[in-house]
Amino acid sequence: MSKVILKNISKSYGSNEILKNINLDIYDSEFLVLVGPSGCGKSTTLRLIAGLESPDDGEIIINNSIVNNMDPSKRDIAMVFQNYALYPQMTVKENMGFGLKIRKYKKEEIDTRVIETAKTLKIDNLLDRKPKALSGGQRQRVALGRAIVRKPKVFLFDEPLSNLDAKLRQEMRVEIKRLYKLLNTTMIYVTHDQTEAMTMGSRIVVMNNGKIEQVDSPENTYLKPKSIFSSSFIGAPKINLINGELYKEESEWYFHSNGIKLQIKSTHYQYSNFKAEKVTFGIRAEDINANLKINEEKDQINLIKGSVDFIENLGSEMNLHIKMLDNNFIIKCERKLQVRENQEVQMCFDVDQGHFFNFKTGKILC
Amino acid sequence: MKKKIETILIFMFLVFFSIGTLYPVLNILSVSLKTDNAFHSQSLALIQIREKFEDINNNNKWDEGEIFFDKNENGIWDAGSGLRSYFNLFKDTDFLLWSRNSIIISLLVTMTGVVFASIGGYALSRFKFKGREFGMIALLTTQMFPATMLLLPFFILLSYLGLINSYLGLIIIYSSTALPFCIWQMKGYYDTIPPALEESARLDGCTQLQAFYKIILPLSSPALVITALFSFMASWSEYVVAAIILQDPKLYTLPLGLKSFQASLSTQWGLYAAGAVVVSIPVTILFISLSKYLVSGLTMGSVKE
Repeated sequence: MSKVILKNISKSYGSNEILKNINLDIYDSEFLVLVGPSGCGKSTTLRLIAGLESPDDGEIIINNSIVNNMDPSKRDIAMVFQNYALYPQMTVKENMGFGLKIRKYKKEEIDTRVIETAKTLKIDNLLDRKPKALSGGQRQRVALGRAIVRKPKVFLFDEPLSNLDAKLRQEMRVEIKRLYKLLNTTMIYVTHDQTEAMTMGSRIVVMNNGKIEQVDSPENTYLKPKSIFSSSFIGAPKINLINGELYKEESEWYFHSNGIKLQIKSTHYQYSNFKAEKVTFGIRAEDINANLKINEEKDQINLIKGSVDFIENLGSEMNLHIKMLDNNFIIKCERKLQVRENQEVQMCFDVDQGHFFNFKTGKILC
Repeated sequence: MKKKIETILIFMFLVFFSIGTLYPVLNILSVSLKTDNAFHSQSLALIQIREKFEDINNNNKWDEGEIFFDKNENGIWDAGSGLRSYFNLFKDTDFLLWSRNSIIISLLVTMTGVVFASIGGYALSRFKFKGREFGMIALLTTQMFPATMLLLPFFILLSYLGLINSYLGLIIIYSSTALPFCIWQMKGYYDTIPPALEESARLDGCTQLQAFYKIILPLSSPALVITALFSFMASWSEYVVAAIILQDPKLYTLPLGLKSFQASLSTQWGLYAAGAVVVSIPVTILFISLSKYLVSGLTMGSVKE
C-alpha cells in the first residue's frame, strides 16, 4: 500500500515560480510518468516527494501521513538519478548494499539480497568492480539495483535513461517495465521523452510551466488531449495545428482557415458545445490521408490540395511534409505510396478524429 | 629547426631554475657536513678531505697564515667533513625540545585546520544561509593583510587573554591565519562533487551528517591532504609570529631555535645548517608520503557529466 498524494503544492526559487498549486493523486502500485519540457517542474515535483526539497505551500501525503517535514532518509523511498550518482569509492556490491548497511541489516541478509537483485539485473558478474570500470548502461543497472535491493515503498526515477544512447535506452525501457511488473510497487518516473511516457506509464501527467495540463492514460492523452500543449507534446510526429474560425451554415458546422474549409460531421463528440468563435484545430498526422489522384470536382468535402515539401522515410512508413499556402502539414502514409517531392497531392481530413481548442485558453472545447 | 630552438630554450630555462632551486639546498647540506663553521666556503662538495697544515701555534687548529696543503684545490683550508654538527645539534642544544614543541603545535594546527575547514567548506558549498556570501568575502579579505600587519593586534589580544608565551596562543593565531585559505580550498573541492551523491545517500537512509562523512569526506582526500599540508607548513616553518609570542626558550619552536644559533658576534653555521636540514626532513617525508592522495579524478565514474 503506497499512495502518494500532492495537495495544493507550490514551490518557487526566489521570484521564479516552479510549481503552481499542484494537485495529484498517485495510486498504489501504479507507474506514473511525469512528462513535460525542461523547466516545467517535473523534476522538482519528484524531489519534493523524495524530500530533497520542501514545498512552500501544500501537503505531501505518503500512505495517509503528511511527510512535509520528514527527512528523506525516513521516507523509505528510492530514487534513480539521471547521472546515476553511484558512490565512486565503493564497489558495485557496496553501492547496492549501502542503503541496507545504513539501515543496520545483517551482513548475510545484505549479501543475499544484493546477489539476488544483481542476478535479476544481470550484473552479478560486476559486483567487485568500481563504478569507473563500468559502461553507462551497466552503471544505470547498478543504480537501479541499488534502488530495488531496499524494497522501498515508492520508486522515483529522474530521467534515468536520458544519458544512454538510443539503442540502450530502448533496452532499458523494456527492462524497467519488466521490473515494474515484477515488483509491482508505486513508481514515479520523470522524463521529457514522450515515447518513454507513452510506452511505460500506466498514467501520464503532462506538465507545462509549473502546472498540470492533463492526467490520463497514455491512450487518452494521445486520443483525447485536453489542451493544445498536451496534444502537441504527446505524439510523434507533432500534431497539425491550424488557427481558424468555427461557423454555422445551413445547420452544419464548418471550420474555416486560410484556404481551408472543413465540414464537421454532426457525430463529432464536441459538436454540442460549438459556437461561432476563433479556434485552433488539431489533427494528427495519421488522420489525414494523401491522395495522389487529384479529384477536380467541385463541392468536395474535406479535401485540400497541397504540394509535397519533403519526405521523411522512417522505413516502415513515411512522413510527408506538405505545404499549402501558409500552412504546413505532416501526414503519415504507407511506405509503398509512390510519391515524389514537389508533387501535388490531395489531403483528405478525417475531421472526426480532430480536436478543437479554444484559441485564447488553449483548452479543448467541451 | 624552430622546434629545436624551442626545446633548447625550454631546457635552458629548466636548467637555470633547477640550479636556482638546488644551489641553496646543496649549500646548506655542504655546510652542515663541514666540521668547522665554513659558511663562506664557495664549494658545494659534500665530502671534503681534511687538509694537512703546518701547526705553527701548536694549538691543533688552523690559524690564518699557517701554510696548508690545498688538496681540495679551493684556495682555503678545509677541516674535512663529518657528522659532527648533527651530533652536536642533538647533544649540545635543545633541538629535541624545540622539535617536540614544533610537532605539537603543527599537529594541533593541522588537526584544527582539517576539522574546521572540512566542515566549514562543506557548509559554504552546500547550504544557502543568511550571511553566506558575506562570510565568504570576509574570509577572503583576511587573506589580503600581510601577517606582520596583524602582529600588534594579535599580541594585544593574546596578552588580554593571558596567552602570551603559550602554545595555545600560537595555535590560535596559526589556525586563524591558515583557516580561511583552507576553507576556500575545501569549498572549491566540494563544489566539484555532484550533490546527487549526497541526495542518493540521504534516500539510502543517511542523515545529512552521515552523508557527509560516509560519502563526501572520503572523496575529498586530495583536498584534505592539501589542507593538512598547508596548515602543517604554515606552522612548522613560521618565524615572525612565534618570535613575538614565545619568549621562553623552553617553548621555542624549531625556527626560533635555529635562529638562536645566530649570535651577534659568532654564528654556529654548522649547527645552523644541520638544524635546517633536519627540520626539512619531516616536511619532505610528509610531501612524498601524502602525494599519492593528491591524485585527481577520485569521483570518476560516479556520475555522468
